[in-house]
Amino acid sequence: MTTTKEIIDRCEKLYEDMDFTAARAWKEAAPGRHVIGYMPIYVPREIIHAAGMLPLGILGGGDQLEVIHGDAYYQSYICRIPRSTIELAVSGKLDFTDGMLFPSICDVIRNLSGMWQLMMSDKYARYFDVPQNYQDDVGGVYYTQELHELKEDLEKISGRKITNEDLRKSIAVYNENRRLIKDLYELRRKAPWKVPTTEVYLLLRAGMVLPVEEHSQMLKDYIEAASTEDRPLRDNCRIVIQGMFCEQPPLNLIKSIELAGCYIVGDDFMMVTRWLTEDVPLDGDPLENLSQAFLHHSENVSAKYVDREEDKGIYLVDLVKKNGGEGVIFTSPSFCDPALLDRPLLQDVLKAHGVPYIAFKYAENSGQMQPIREQAGTFADSIKLWSEQ
Amino acid sequence: MTAPTPTAAKPTVQKDRSMAMQKAMVDGNYARLARAEAERRKVAYTFVPGNINELLMCFDLVVNYPEINAIQNGMRKKSGRYIMEAEKAGHSEDVCTYVKADIGMMLKGNIGPNDERLPNPDVLMLSYTGCFTFMKWFELLRHHYKCETTMLHVPYEGGSGFSKNSRDYVVKQLKETVIPTLERVSGVKFDIDRLREYLKESQKAEENWVWVLESAKHKPSPIDSYFGAIYYISPIFTAFRGTPTATEYYAELRKEVEQRIANGQGPITPEGEMKNEKYRLVVEGPPNYTSFRDFWKMFYDEGAVIVASSYAKVGGTYDFGFRHDPDHPLESVAEYCLNCYTNHNLPERVRMLETYVNEYQADGLLINSIKSCNSFAAGQLMMMKEVQKRTGKPGAFIETDLVDPRYFSPANVKNRLESYFQMIDQKRRATAA
Repeated sequence: MTTTKEIIDRCEKLYEDMDFTAARAWKEAAPGRHVIGYMPIYVPREIIHAAGMLPLGILGGGDQLEVIHGDAYYQSYICRIPRSTIELAVSGKLDFTDGMLFPSICDVIRNLSGMWQLMMSDKYARYFDVPQNYQDDVGGVYYTQELHELKEDLEKISGRKITNEDLRKSIAVYNENRRLIKDLYELRRKAPWKVPTTEVYLLLRAGMVLPVEEHSQMLKDYIEAASTEDRPLRDNCRIVIQGMFCEQPPLNLIKSIELAGCYIVGDDFMMVTRWLTEDVPLDGDPLENLSQAFLHHSENVSAKYVDREEDKGIYLVDLVKKNGGEGVIFTSPSFCDPALLDRPLLQDVLKAHGVPYIAFKYAENSGQMQPIREQAGTFADSIKLWSEQ
Repeated sequence: MTAPTPTAAKPTVQKDRSMAMQKAMVDGNYARLARAEAERRKVAYTFVPGNINELLMCFDLVVNYPEINAIQNGMRKKSGRYIMEAEKAGHSEDVCTYVKADIGMMLKGNIGPNDERLPNPDVLMLSYTGCFTFMKWFELLRHHYKCETTMLHVPYEGGSGFSKNSRDYVVKQLKETVIPTLERVSGVKFDIDRLREYLKESQKAEENWVWVLESAKHKPSPIDSYFGAIYYISPIFTAFRGTPTATEYYAELRKEVEQRIANGQGPITPEGEMKNEKYRLVVEGPPNYTSFRDFWKMFYDEGAVIVASSYAKVGGTYDFGFRHDPDHPLESVAEYCLNCYTNHNLPERVRMLETYVNEYQADGLLINSIKSCNSFAAGQLMMMKEVQKRTGKPGAFIETDLVDPRYFSPANVKNRLESYFQMIDQKRRATAA
C-alpha cells in the first residue's frame, strides 16, 4: 500500500512545478489533446472533460515564482494573484494551454479576462459568468444558455461534438471525485491528527493539474493510507479558516497555523473541487442538471450574493458546528475585495453565535510567518484557556 | 512650465447658469430626501452605473445615491473622517473608500452632505452593474438597516457586445423580481406607459448630452470632459434622468456650449474661462474628489483640457449610440444597464479610448488609477500601452483615490503631470522635425 508520505511527496512536487510538467505530458501523450486553464472559484469542469480536454487550475505563482514582468502590468494597490498569473503567461509557462476561463469572482479576475484577450488574441479566453439570481426561470435559464455557449466554444476548439453521453460520463467521474473529497474532509473532521490540513491542501492542489481519474485514485490511496497510519494526537484546538478561496496562501502559512496549536477542520480551499454539494443526476439533460446543481446545491463563499439577510454567514456558522470548530481564523489576501468586504458581516454573524475569531492578511508570496504563528498561537491558547465549552 | 501661483486670497469661483441649475437639482433631491419621512414617501437607495431611475420613478420613490453622498462628502472634506470611522468599526484599509465613506457616515447618524439626516431606505435597489463591490456594499447596508433588498444582476460583457441571453436575463429579473418588489414596497402598481413617458424624456436629454460631449471635438474645446463633466453628468446619471427638469438642463447646457463655440471660448474652470488650450487629453478613470479643485488646477494652469473621458460614461455610453427607447421600455432599460462603461471588457474599453484619442485629436491618454476601484483600475496599464501602440500618442499614469485624502499626493501627481506635458512637447517637436 502506498504511504501518505509517498502520496504527499508527489503532490508537493506537482505543487512546486511551475512549468506544469504533468499537464504538458498529458497533452503530449496523444495527438489532438487540448488543455483549458481556469481560475478560481468555479467552472463546470465536467464540460471541459467531456470535450476530451484537461481542465487545468491556474492559481497564481505562489511563493516560488519570481514576478519580474507581472508588476509592470498593475498599479500599486491590488492583490497578487493577477500579477503572478500574468507572469506565468508572459514567461511562456502557459504556452501549451489552448484557452483560459475566468470565472465571475471579482473585478480583478474579470478584467484579467480582457487582458488575456488583448495579450493572446489567437487563444480562447472567456469570462465565465454565473447568475446571482437563483430562480430556475430567471438565473437558471440564463446559466443553462451560458453552459451551452461554453460547450459550443469547446467544440470549436476540439473539432468534435460533445454528446449528452460524453457529458453524463464526465459528470459521473466528477461526482466520484467530489464524493472522495467529501470522504477526505470527513476523515479530517473525525481525526484531524491523521489528516493534517497541509496534506489536504496539497492533495487538492494535485487535483488542479492531474486528470480527474488519476486524482480520484490518489484520493482513494491517501484515505486508505491515512486511515491506517498512526499519528500522534495533540492537544490542539479545532479551527475553521476562511478567505483563501482565490489567491493561495503560502504552504508555510497553513503549516504555521497548524504548528501554532490548531487543527484546521474547515476551510475554503479550491472550492471548484466541491462547489456542487450533491451528486449531479445522470439522467435527463446534463447541462440542465449542472445548472440545477449550481442553483440549488452549491457552496457559499464571499463572492456569492446572499438573497436574504437572515441567511447571511449562516454557512460559516454551520461549517463551524458541523466540524466541531471552536473558532474561525479569517486569513484573507491583501486587497481581496470579496473576502475583505464580507469579513465584517461574517464576523458579526459569528459574534451573534458566540464563535470567537481573529483575522490577518497574507499575500501568496508572504515570507515572514512568525507574526502569524504568534497570532494563531495566542488565539489557540485563548480558546483552550477561556472557552466555555 | 508655468511657475506655481502663490497662494493668495481664494479666487471667486465662476459658475454659469447650467451649473446653478445642476446645483439646485442636487440640493432639491437632498431636500426631498430630508422631507421623505415626514411626507411618508418611500425611499430607495441605488447605485449610479446601470441605475434604473426611470423605473424607480414609476413607483414614486425618492432615490438616494450613496456614491453621490461619498463624492459630495469628499468634496466637502468630510469623507476622510468617515473612512476612519468605518475602519475603526472593522472595515479593511484595503477596500473601496466609497463604501467606507458611506458606512462611516451611516455610523455617525447618516447626516447627509447637506447637513440634514438622510432617511433610512425602504428598499435597497442593488443594480449590480460593472462593479463587484456594489453587491457587498448593499449586503453591508442591508445588515445595518434590515430592509428589503432587490438585486438586478447585470452580466458583464466579457465578449464583444452583449448577448441576447444577457439582455433576456436582465429583462426577466425586472419583470419577475425587481418590479414586484418595488410594487410591494411602494404600494404603487407598475404602469408601463408611465415608464415610456419617462424614457421619452431620457431620450431628449441624451441627445443633447451627446451633442455637448462631442462639442469637445472643436478647437479650442468649449468644455472640459472630465472635471467639467463631473457637473454635467450629475442629472443624467442620477435621480433626474427621465424628468423634464433634466431635459431642460441639457437643453440649457447645450445653448451655453453653442455660445462658447460661437465665441471661440474654452471651458469654464473655477477660475474663469480657460484661455489658452495647449494640451488636449483623454482621461481614463475616475477623478480624485478630496482635492478636486487642486487636481483640476494642475491641468488648467498648464493649458490642458480633457476632451474625452471614460468616467463620463460610467452612467451610460450614449456617445456610442445608445438611447433609451420608449417603444421597447424594459429591453431598453436592460440594454442601458449592459452598456455602462465598466460593464465592457478591456478590449472594448481600449477601442473606445482609441476612438476618443483619434476623433477628439488628443495629444494622448492619461490614466488616473484609483486605489479603491479595481473595476476601473485592474488592467489600465495594459490599456494605456495598447492605446499608445494603436494611436502613436504618449500615455501617462498617475495614482490617486476617490474620496480618501490619504491617497492624494499633490506633489507626486503634479510632478508626473509636468513630465507628461514635457513628453507631449517633445513628441510634437519630433513630429514637426
